Amino acid sequence: MKIINYITVITILSVGLTAWAQQTPAQKQSEILTLSGATAHIGNGTVIVNSNITFENGRITAVGGPSSPVRGKVVDISGQHIYPGIIAPVSTLGLVEIDAVRPTQDEDEIGDYLPNIRSLIAYNAESKLVESSRPNGILLAQIAPQGGTISGTSSIVQLDAWNWEDAAVKVDDGIHLHWPNSYSQGRWWMGEDRGWKPNKKYEKVITEINTYLANASAYGKTTSPNANEGFKATLGLFDGAKKLYLYADGEKEIIDGITLCKEAGIKNIVLVGGYEAYKIIDFLKQNNIPVIVDRVHATPQGDDDDYDLPYKLPKLLSDGGLMVSLNAVGQMERMNTRNLPFYAGQVVGQGLDKEEALKMITSNTAKILGIDTDYGSLETGKSATFFVSEGDALDMRTNQVTHAFIDGRAVSLETHQTELWKRYAEKYGQED
Amino acid sequence: MKKILFLFLLILSFGILQAQDYFPKNDGVKEVNNNYIALTNANLQIDPTTIVKNGTLLIRDGKIVEVGKSVSLPKNTVVIDLNGKYVYPSFIESYSGFGIEKPKRSGGGGRSPQYDATREGFYWNDHIRSETIGIDNFKYDSKEAEEMRKLGFGVVNSHLMDGIARGTGVLVALNDEGGDAARMLNNTSGQFFSFEKSLKSNQSYPSSLMGSMALLRQMYSDMDWYEKGLSATKDRSLEAMIANKKLTSFFEAGDKGNDIRADKIGDQFGVNYVIVGGGDEYESIEKIKSTNTSYIIPINFPSAYDVSDPYFAKHIALDDLRAWNQDPQNPKVLAENKVVFALTTYKLDKVSDFSKNLQKAFEYGFDKKKALESLTTIPAALLGKSSELGTLENGRWANFLITSGDIFDSKTILYENWVQGKKHVINDMDQRDLSGIYNLMAAGKNYAMVLSGEASKPKIEVSLGETKFPSKIAYENDWITFSFEDESSKETYRATAAVPKTESNITGRLILPNGNETAFTATRTGDTDVKPEDEKKESVTPEILPLTYPNVGYGFTTKPKSQNLLFQNATVWTGEDAGVLEHTDVLVKNGKIDKIGKNLNAGGATVIDATGKHLTAGIIDEHSHIAALSINEGGQNSSAEVKIEDVVNPEDIDIYRNLAGGVTSVQILHGSANPIGGRSAIIKLKWGEDADNLIYKDSPKFIKFALGENVKQSNWSSYSRFPQTRMGVEQVYVNYFNRAKEYDSKKKAGQPYRYDEELEVLAEILNGERFISCHSYVQSEINMLMKVADRFGFKVNTFTHILEGYKVADKMAEHGVGASTFSDWWSYKFEVNDAIPYNAAIMTRAGVTTAINSDDSEMSRRLNQEAAKTVKYGGMTEEQAWKMVTINPAKLLHLDSRVGSIKEGKDADLVLWSDHPMSIYAIAEKTLIEGTVYFDLETDKAKREAIQQERNKLTHMMLSEKAAGGKSREPMKKDKINFKCETIN
Repeated sequence: MKIINYITVITILSVGLTAWAQQTPAQKQSEILTLSGATAHIGNGTVIVNSNITFENGRITAVGGPSSPVRGKVVDISGQHIYPGIIAPVSTLGLVEIDAVRPTQDEDEIGDYLPNIRSLIAYNAESKLVESSRPNGILLAQIAPQGGTISGTSSIVQLDAWNWEDAAVKVDDGIHLHWPNSYSQGRWWMGEDRGWKPNKKYEKVITEINTYLANASAYGKTTSPNANEGFKATLGLFDGAKKLYLYADGEKEIIDGITLCKEAGIKNIVLVGGYEAYKIIDFLKQNNIPVIVDRVHATPQGDDDDYDLPYKLPKLLSDGGLMVSLNAVGQMERMNTRNLPFYAGQVVGQGLDKEEALKMITSNTAKILGIDTDYGSLETGKSATFFVSEGDALDMRTNQVTHAFIDGRAVSLETHQTELWKRYAEKYGQED
Repeated sequence: MKKILFLFLLILSFGILQAQDYFPKNDGVKEVNNNYIALTNANLQIDPTTIVKNGTLLIRDGKIVEVGKSVSLPKNTVVIDLNGKYVYPSFIESYSGFGIEKPKRSGGGGRSPQYDATREGFYWNDHIRSETIGIDNFKYDSKEAEEMRKLGFGVVNSHLMDGIARGTGVLVALNDEGGDAARMLNNTSGQFFSFEKSLKSNQSYPSSLMGSMALLRQMYSDMDWYEKGLSATKDRSLEAMIANKKLTSFFEAGDKGNDIRADKIGDQFGVNYVIVGGGDEYESIEKIKSTNTSYIIPINFPSAYDVSDPYFAKHIALDDLRAWNQDPQNPKVLAENKVVFALTTYKLDKVSDFSKNLQKAFEYGFDKKKALESLTTIPAALLGKSSELGTLENGRWANFLITSGDIFDSKTILYENWVQGKKHVINDMDQRDLSGIYNLMAAGKNYAMVLSGEASKPKIEVSLGETKFPSKIAYENDWITFSFEDESSKETYRATAAVPKTESNITGRLILPNGNETAFTATRTGDTDVKPEDEKKESVTPEILPLTYPNVGYGFTTKPKSQNLLFQNATVWTGEDAGVLEHTDVLVKNGKIDKIGKNLNAGGATVIDATGKHLTAGIIDEHSHIAALSINEGGQNSSAEVKIEDVVNPEDIDIYRNLAGGVTSVQILHGSANPIGGRSAIIKLKWGEDADNLIYKDSPKFIKFALGENVKQSNWSSYSRFPQTRMGVEQVYVNYFNRAKEYDSKKKAGQPYRYDEELEVLAEILNGERFISCHSYVQSEINMLMKVADRFGFKVNTFTHILEGYKVADKMAEHGVGASTFSDWWSYKFEVNDAIPYNAAIMTRAGVTTAINSDDSEMSRRLNQEAAKTVKYGGMTEEQAWKMVTINPAKLLHLDSRVGSIKEGKDADLVLWSDHPMSIYAIAEKTLIEGTVYFDLETDKAKREAIQQERNKLTHMMLSEKAAGGKSREPMKKDKINFKCETIN
């Protein structure tokens, strides 16, 4: 007992003394809890007012209305809102700490065809960007390598862990393929015009991709293959164990990419980006392709495009009947991960139903990533991964997270940033 | 070998001897030809307005002796009967690099940029090369000369096209004989300038358009100072500028905006540039007119894009599609607006496109008389050679063209181009039109032969009865050769004949299929039927799509006007002590907020029902980089001499997009490439107005300073520029302010001094006339600049970014400096490791006037949301938060008496929101500036529709041009640079 107290004192002291230490991952859920009185946004489109949500051993055991029975310790969160943990897909969280500092960059390996490159082993569970995502409700992420043509293999992690093994929720879940752009920019540093022109190498790269996938598929059919880690890593694509994340924006690129990958025998394809996907909704529907739309807080790609095209794109796709998810990809994407709820809110501003928008950062994402048996909605049997906000979490005006749980563990909402805030507020006598 | 060399020298000397008659002649005896040449029976176009029919042109020794209806010919005259042909003064090319090779880009590019000049005894900047003497680099290019003569040019003005100041040029006649001594009409034909750096040097300054402008201004000031004898050292560049002061200055500007920029520099220093434009002047014709100067205008009209692949075509922006349709009207519009201009072949991909493009200008309504002026009398005048060139008057050079008809008729044949009395044949004048029906007897058969088409390029048809035979004909040097294949026998007949001088029948030699030769006669039996469509192709004026303001997508078809408006029953966010007023009316009158209250009388104003909506002041972005052509002048560690106001781009689509986000005013800040940056432009987003109208009237004066990683050049390869540490940054400031202080006192004491734009600007800071907005991150440097300011007795006005402001908020409050920060950005570089989203709240509570800014064309579109983040992080009240994007930035910019809140008497810069203005769900429905609606959700819808229709229309026009065999080029999308502080361009 004495020892424990001693440790506690040391911990408090060290947190107080240096603002540099990371938050300590939360302990396993030890008692049955019921969160009572909040408006529950289930994540599947439904809402329960005055809800009771019970969870034990990290799992949700009951979800009900005001008259439903409660168990264990009851926490009154009346007037607040409860949401499934937000999931950040195709993220580089934990792979880069400071954008401009090269020693901290681990998201892009050299080489064009590197399916065997694995993000998980480089994932920094103690990244300050990871911890700063939690207080806004982001509790899970798919960590994906970037760059080249086949960038590598992603894994899915939860955002409160000691190390990458501890963080892993689904290991090596998908391969990330960046489709070439049929338009390319002039090499202005070599004196060419900065403008964009038809890419002369487009067909060549497609042929390369085709050849690579054909070889990978053939490799899988031999009984005693030589070691080829690249080909081996892709095999899950052909039996459906892994998903292919196909990054493409243009109408032509999307059609070319999906057609070729299907012909190559790839079972599950997810489109990432999809700037022009709204023009070919029927094609995507026929091919059963979900779309992870790039960060909606973006400027239009063409001067003549609607000023609000990036804002409304997810709605256009969702209205068309596609499964849509949102990502935070773009400049400063690690730090912007925490703005994911507001990206969903932005789409609501374009007329989408709030609960539909919520799906785009929770249950839809879970389905697309293949973790929906455990995550993405507040349903009995699923992991107790959710957060509580004082107000509407999709609006920055009201998003104020008071509790967050990952697998039933009450995770810290403190960060390097809140510590600095408190330190200086105290210095100036600004604490409430 | 020796023999060949001798022969070569002989030929060379012969050429030179022709013109220089005081040179000894060693290859023969000197003889003189004093004969006259008379061109008679000609239609003489004396000048663009005077035609003498059936006249005579008498020339001798390369000059015109007499011209007119009845010219008495001396006995020693060689007479050339022109038989009713036309004679025009030949054209003058006033802008070119003829015969002067452009230097190759100098190699190098080491580990770091090169900051210093490489030359000694010249100007401090390598790109000022005013000492260049064009003629020293000149080598007559007879091939190029021939090409120019084919187009009708007789004289070209040339210079070394390299650098910002380019030295003198040379005016030469395209006379292949006589050598440079004869052809050179003026070896100092003018001085030449541009905004483009020299290829000969890698000196990094200037690295931007605004830097080029500042350099030119400093150059003129320095010239004045040098002329007064105040320089202790020698400067050959400035000496050349002084020596050439009286010459005409030609300025290659390159587009409508740069035309105005060049003109402004000229006006400041009393130089009236002849401006070489870009071909888009019609888009700002009023501005161009107001420059009241002369122009040289290229006609490099863009060819149509190949839009056959819609996936590629979609990338082309509407304004680029439009340029193809609209640019050919440029000469017409300039002429109609009485702008004086010469036409040039400059900028054409192929010089030979000149005639074709000129024809296109005519189709667009360009007046032919104006065209002739712009190629003869006007360039002659611009070159100061009206008494020697441009007309067919006595005493002028005998530079003229002989044609078959109107020089600007596309069917007209240019026969001869005489330069300095020397004939150059372009097309043989004596060629006969052999068109007609002939009866050809060959090998016992009686063929019908029809010749038709142009005289020099006749077409042939040979038939026997109903059967037509494949046949060919060529006409060259008074001979024709033709052949035809009798298809029934598969036998080819070949024939050749001298063209008869007067006879109508053609006789010659026929080679039979078996090789035997025989004579033939083709007896002319009648005229060829002239097909009516050949006679006159109905020239249709192409449809020219209307311009918009600005002339890009989402431009207005007519400029919007200020209206009197009454917003009824809105939730009004005053941003003043009055707070948020429910169910309130706001009356806008004459561009101002007239009244705020309940149940206001419209009094003729248009009523807008704002029930359920929110009305706020327009958002003000203290830190923006939209609407500018360049942002950083990073070529030196101080660039106080540059002005963003020089490079405001009123056509940037981000202006419109910002309006759609409720933004009405922005400060366009210089970037953060150097500790002392450039001066700001503070603008209102009046979409459709020109650059000058965007800039605030009586704008407060601001300058950008910067600290930290960017000015140390930490994140890119540059290791040679001081400072490389924060320690050095302080010393840059101390040094400059010391110097500015000394400069200012010298100036105030009335002592002679070298005008230094940089120190002028820094002295303004010391004198409290100019305010600093300083890019800053970590607490040490923030503290440092405040201490430097204290030492020199001024206040830092604003720290922008200021992400560690919360660590020194007390010190900032004490200094009285404001803060303009990001809501939640961090981790993008090392110095923002301790950036926290609670920064704005802590600073506000500490008493610092705090704004939320963007530094980003994306975030600026939703600063209302960024303001809301200060509610989330740090618990600001909503009213406090709202002030951070309206009245607080207005205060920081010293504009709070004019904008930033809803208060009677202030500018009616307002936004009507669909929802709570800080909610993520809110959409700006209307954005007004001074009572003018610049953005409206409904209008936006209509504009989208119009863009689609116009794109479709232009696409079809281009497709039909391609189908008709027109040239087309690869689709292209302009690069749009999303400027940030650190964007180096």
